[in-house]
Amino acid sequence: MILIVDHGLCNVDSVARAIEECGGSPLISEDPAECARAERIILPGVGSFHEASGILHEKGWVSAIRREVLEYGIPLLGICLGMQLLASTGTEGGDAPGLDLIPGSVVRLEPPDKTVRIPHVGWNEVHQNQSSPLFADIPDKKDFYFTHSYHLVPTREEHVLATTPYCGSFVSIVGSGKVFGTQFHPEKSLGGGLRMLKNFLAVC
Amino acid sequence: MLKTRIIPVLLFKRYGLVKGISFDSWRRVGTSLPAVKVYCEREVDELVFLDIAATPEGRTVDVEEVDHLADECFMPLTVGGGIRRPEDVRAILRAGAEKVSINTGALENPGLIDEVSRRYGRQCIVISIDVKRHDDGRYEVFSHCGTQPTGRCPEEWAREAAERGGGEILLTSIDRDGTMEGYDIALTRRVSDVVDIPVIAAGGAGSSEHICQVLTEGGANAAAAASIFHFTQQTPREAKQFLASRGIHVRL
Repeated sequence: MILIVDHGLCNVDSVARAIEECGGSPLISEDPAECARAERIILPGVGSFHEASGILHEKGWVSAIRREVLEYGIPLLGICLGMQLLASTGTEGGDAPGLDLIPGSVVRLEPPDKTVRIPHVGWNEVHQNQSSPLFADIPDKKDFYFTHSYHLVPTREEHVLATTPYCGSFVSIVGSGKVFGTQFHPEKSLGGGLRMLKNFLAVC
Repeated sequence: MLKTRIIPVLLFKRYGLVKGISFDSWRRVGTSLPAVKVYCEREVDELVFLDIAATPEGRTVDVEEVDHLADECFMPLTVGGGIRRPEDVRAILRAGAEKVSINTGALENPGLIDEVSRRYGRQCIVISIDVKRHDDGRYEVFSHCGTQPTGRCPEEWAREAAERGGGEILLTSIDRDGTMEGYDIALTRRVSDVVDIPVIAAGGAGSSEHICQVLTEGGANAAAAASIFHFTQQTPREAKQFLASRGIHVRL
């Protein structure tokens, strides 16, 4: 079972549909106790960091997810806001703690001039920085769909799996062991996105 | 490099897709689900689905319908129609859209933008602005599917909506809508100059050249279109091939 964390602020249905399309059995749940049954966990998200962080801590998701990942080696994928929530801290809507699985902080994209618009919305390239099981059968610089104003700045270079050219360059995929995060929406990135989700389902 | 988006718009009215001229004379153009499937197969950049009867009929876009469409839509989907409360946004996002388009609801209660932005992030709110040009050249924002004047000037409203937390602006020229005579370049330029969020131009696309114009001269960041894809043989891909030949970065 692939557990899709429902913190009430996200497009959970489209993630579940994409997982089905990739041959997985998704379960959307608001109950952190389900983590114990999960073979993999997906933390999706649109929404604001502060709001989502509050809900994850309050409902007990933070300790439940951290336990599965750190003690049992369950693969975890954070999508968009879900990727940002992997960080130590976020700044959107006031400082708030994340899951602290990828050391780093989440800050606003800073446009170099007025012609560069924020949010960063649309299809942009994902430049692969190092090899990763997520990249199987995905060409370097493939376009994926983004929609966000904030980005995760990891403290450690080895957690940077891919970057994307916008406002200079920002980190679009992070990874540490079996913990992954994509700033773009694989579930909304047509064939390339579904391929990446399949790759995540194959991580062992 | 961020790619310039070409966005087909699907207008929904009581059980089917329609397309009109200047927000009137609606013609049936098919049903939603097959259209979404075709656009998904053609790998378009993004889709906008608007239930244009929702506001006039005092209801919200049919979430069940959205749910069905989103199930077939592994690409970005923006949904609008009668959104007035944060709960409406929650239901639509849950159903599988990742952006909502708000028009009349925001004009009547601008605080809705702040509230939705705070809860769900600004990236999920598209502010839809419908504009008419008066005979004296003055532009005015209209609500309720283009039927009610608001007394607001498009630049001012766009700026306010962006400051309150709007993530993108979908700017439609009511006069050009469905005419296929070209976008209102001057209107698009006025609005794109005063906001720092992406502007999607809509209303009037009849050729790839029109799309190119609104992106270059109009300063739009993306182009939405309906009639050109419903009533002609032209496809979003052909439009993008043309744009690429003019040096505009698109996803092919």
